[in-house]
Amino acid sequence: MSDFTIWDIVRNLLLATRWTVVLSLAAFVGGGVLGAILLFLRIGKRRLLRNFVKYYVELFQGTPLLMQLFLAFFGLGLFGIDVPAWVAAGAALTLWTAAFLTEIWRGCVESIARGQWEASSSLAMGYVQQMRHVILPQALRVAIPPTVGFLVQVIKGTAVTSIIGFVELSKAGTEVTNATFEPFTVYGIVALIYFAMCWPLSKASQSLERRLNVAHRNQ
Amino acid sequence: MTYNFDFGWLLVYYPQILHGIAITIELIVVAAVVGIAVGICCAWVRALGPAWLKPPVTAYVELIRNTPFLIQLFFIYFGLPPLGLRLSELEAANLAMVVNLGAYSCEIIRAGIQATPKGQFEAGASLAMTPFETFRHVVLVPALQRIWPALSSQVIIVMLGSAVVSQIAAQDLSFATNFIQSRTFRAFEAYFFSTVLYLVLAILLRWVLARLGRIIFPRTVAR
Repeated sequence: MSDFTIWDIVRNLLLATRWTVVLSLAAFVGGGVLGAILLFLRIGKRRLLRNFVKYYVELFQGTPLLMQLFLAFFGLGLFGIDVPAWVAAGAALTLWTAAFLTEIWRGCVESIARGQWEASSSLAMGYVQQMRHVILPQALRVAIPPTVGFLVQVIKGTAVTSIIGFVELSKAGTEVTNATFEPFTVYGIVALIYFAMCWPLSKASQSLERRLNVAHRNQ
Repeated sequence: MTYNFDFGWLLVYYPQILHGIAITIELIVVAAVVGIAVGICCAWVRALGPAWLKPPVTAYVELIRNTPFLIQLFFIYFGLPPLGLRLSELEAANLAMVVNLGAYSCEIIRAGIQATPKGQFEAGASLAMTPFETFRHVVLVPALQRIWPALSSQVIIVMLGSAVVSQIAAQDLSFATNFIQSRTFRAFEAYFFSTVLYLVLAILLRWVLARLGRIIFPRTVAR
């Protein structure tokens, strides 16, 4: 058995961290785009679409991410597609992220006072104009802190994708443990790497909330 | 798509599924009761406690809230035995969930405590209550009532997150599902069915917590 220095462990874990970062960003961006589309359906005028998004959110918030990953992994396979782990991981995380972001952003839009809609409507603005010029600019300020905060949840969510075989930080942790037999050190370092990514985002979310809250008080 | 769905295995493997559901429920009940108790203690420290206790509690809360549950679980199950703390799968799963929920509920409960009007503390003191009595009778109960919906959501999130304890071979619902799919090769059906079960569990848990909230906090308590 060869000896492993701490640096060997850290280097291998950091190399795998790239994939945690890539997957997090892909899910966050993809989920953000899908979430924005779903948001418009959720607060739109068509009742059928509103309910569809409502149940979509309910479904993804009410079931474990692990099960969603397995369903993506084996479900896509039913169509005869050979699914690599990263496709299943990306697809499931994107859908999961979209559900949560839609719900977060819906809360932000609904926090805008009713009078803002009425005032803009009395100025003969259409739905898109109201959204573009009145509602979204205000909702965006409210939405930034919880959205940044949710990015932390996405990064932590990527850890679960190791279970379907996507090699990112957590999976690398397991592999390095199997080679070095030092679970305490390895998982400790893995936890610290996650912490180093998530903690600044959590702090940023908190300070953004304090700073942007000032604008929100005058409603 | 030329795939024939087959749920016939349900007739054979329902005991495993029921056992898995029982374990998942056991895990979340223990985690909720002990985790919220831990959360109350930590919230007291962070909101009102002595200064020297604050840094370690803050470190605990921040560390847990900014690392994945899966890693916390692996650290407890694989990382602690070399230090002499050997836990069974279920004990490790329970401990990880308690530690996790403790940190999250600490932040939620702290928000509830800090929203208490200053006059409540003064009113308690003017009735010759000790600081502990004031906290216990005047501050804590309305604080918990205030944040009960957020706390309920967090308990549900932890229950759903508990699906990963199958990775250390704790025999919960997702473990039963893995077992069934490895025996029957009906992976999609097995995971689909247990996803539905988790959804039902989440809806039931939300209902139970809402009822519990109404029982623990009768309407007369001032907001």
